[in-house]
Amino acid sequence: MAEKLLVNPIDCEGHGACAELLPEVVTMDEWGFPIVDPRPLPPGLERYARAAVSACPTLALRLLRE
Amino acid sequence: MTATMENTADAVTELPRLLPPRDGKTDGGPEGKSGGGRSHDFRIHAMRYGMLTYRDQPGILIGEAEAAGLTGRGGAAFPVHRKLQAVLDAAVKRRRTPVVIANGAESEPASDKDATLLWLSPHLVLDGLQLAAEAVGADTAVLYVHANRAHDVGGRLTEAIAQRQAAGIDRVPVQLATAPARFLSGQETALVNHLSGGPVTPTFPLPRITERGLNNAPTLVQNVETLAHLALIARKGPRWFRSVGTDAEPGSMLATIRRADGQPRIAEVPLGIPLKDLAGDLRQDGAVLVGGYHGTWLTGAQALKLTLDNRSLAGAEARVGAGIVIALPADRCGLVETARAVRYLALESAGQCGPCLNGLPRIAAALAEIAGGRARSKTIADVERWAGLVSGRGACHHPDGTVRFVRSALRTFAAEVDWHKRGHCSAANTRPFLPVPQGTARSENDWI
Amino acid sequence: MLINVSGINSHTVLWYASRATGVVALLLLTAVMVLGLLVTRQGRLPGLPRFAVSGLHRNLSLLAVAFVVVHVVAAVTDGYVKIPLTAAVIPLTSSYERFWLTLGAVSLDLMLAAAVTSLLRRHLSRRAWRAVHLTAYLSWPVAWFHSVFASGDLRHGPLFLLAIACALVVLGGAAWRVVAASGDVPRAERVGLLMTAVHARDKSRNRERTPAK
Repeated sequence: MAEKLLVNPIDCEGHGACAELLPEVVTMDEWGFPIVDPRPLPPGLERYARAAVSACPTLALRLLRE
Repeated sequence: MTATMENTADAVTELPRLLPPRDGKTDGGPEGKSGGGRSHDFRIHAMRYGMLTYRDQPGILIGEAEAAGLTGRGGAAFPVHRKLQAVLDAAVKRRRTPVVIANGAESEPASDKDATLLWLSPHLVLDGLQLAAEAVGADTAVLYVHANRAHDVGGRLTEAIAQRQAAGIDRVPVQLATAPARFLSGQETALVNHLSGGPVTPTFPLPRITERGLNNAPTLVQNVETLAHLALIARKGPRWFRSVGTDAEPGSMLATIRRADGQPRIAEVPLGIPLKDLAGDLRQDGAVLVGGYHGTWLTGAQALKLTLDNRSLAGAEARVGAGIVIALPADRCGLVETARAVRYLALESAGQCGPCLNGLPRIAAALAEIAGGRARSKTIADVERWAGLVSGRGACHHPDGTVRFVRSALRTFAAEVDWHKRGHCSAANTRPFLPVPQGTARSENDWI
Repeated sequence: MLINVSGINSHTVLWYASRATGVVALLLLTAVMVLGLLVTRQGRLPGLPRFAVSGLHRNLSLLAVAFVVVHVVAAVTDGYVKIPLTAAVIPLTSSYERFWLTLGAVSLDLMLAAAVTSLLRRHLSRRAWRAVHLTAYLSWPVAWFHSVFASGDLRHGPLFLLAIACALVVLGGAAWRVVAASGDVPRAERVGLLMTAVHARDKSRNRERTPAK
């Protein structure tokens, strides 16, 4: 069961919580917006990914089951 | 609209198919839309193409579309049968009646083929719309068109629809809707957003509109030319459709061609036609833009070896797109033209997604510097970095397409870039060549 | 245990617990409001990571609800004054300090709605969640009035100063938020503004350079 992190760029306002909570998968660009690694989530990071998803103040992140 | 039609009639391949033959006998006027005559009269249509025959069952047309290998003519070339099937499946699964939308927004400024088609063969489009509605079981149909640039296409379409209603041809009533004058107005989630009463800005692509679109119903959005092809496939069969084009990409398409004189010409061509047959007299050191402002600049040398189909163009990182082929005149500068177009593309961003909002204006400004000979040493590197940051990170493909266009310009006009660094420009003519609309969107009202 | 305090007799530990948790709840809710205002403007707390602002806002709001629950249960359980449990959420059910306790009920109702809709945010439309969450701007002042007038505690001495300070902090924060937001650029104007800004920056930069020839 592979999962992928997906950001809705319309809802995203660049709060930046996700990059802090999941730096393995999310980095910030020079404008403060998340660059999300499009590959499936590495094993063991699901918990942190869920934390990042729930920490987003605009609910712009979601976990997609592939 | 001032496009003229090119006669690519070929006795063996039976072109043109969608547009009336340009033999002077049919449409009153000598060319294109400056005449047009009464081609929106249903009786003329019936004489030329015969009557529309419904299948009387949903789904049947889907098999015919698959056998014909029909792909979308709006730019994405998505297999039509797969889209129809997706909508039909969603309708069954969710027990919701679907909606079908004929996309005639043609928001790409350099394209004129949809406007021409709607002017000259509206009934083919309307037939296709009815057939598509039947195939997916829709009860609502919308014809979404650009507020016409020069002629009252809305008026003609209203008449055409009314005639069909009166004659009882249409089973699903057709509503006419106007697309706002924005570059994104043809984007499928944006148009659904607009038809739902909102601005013509894209929405997040999930769930897909085939699943949940207008009024939350499964929605089919199909380019008007695609529907016209569907109407003919229904009459003449998939094998007829495949009698022109290539095996992998069968059929014909409408192409908007601009040569050195800048006048748009609409030609119905078989897929796989050599670019040199379209671009006029093409020099090795010339340049051709294929696919419009989300397309790709090719060198003359490249273009001379390529044909108008995705398999051939893929080698040069280009795509057929909506069939726009523009030959850059020898006396113009490709960088200056590209910078002007990219400025327009940046201003047409919906401004919803951080990367696009931030990246496109910066790229546009950098290109203006390069074109104006004011580039600094890091300008090109900046453009490359921003291009990488912007591509694939929006809710729609506007940033991706713009980046493709920009990168191809920097590649194809690399020598020109060097010239500009030294303060020179090879252009003898500074008059704008690529068609770029003047007005910009200033407020929310411009998106409604 | 019976204690004599300034003329009011026979109140139990529970009564004092109720008053104490009430004060703490007000402080927590003040902090929650300030943190919420910070989140809307992407404000930072010095020395803390970004996720801490929204994280603290959420955690403290749940803590505040917990304190309010203890505050209510203690007040109801303490036998000296009869307050029915229903008075916690249904207005006008207490005969003791009917009006001020009603305010408390209203505030708690709104608080619970905000908390529950936030916990279930995934299942709501953005608009629905936001509409309920905005009632916080009503819930807090109502809680403040309840706190100040349901008992005399916050009307005397240091607690009085505390109550005023909380009010000033929330009013000031809300005013700051409104003023800052008035400078926000509407979506349709953002890209035009950025284009102008980048163009102006390039123009001034080019003026400073010597032309390359």
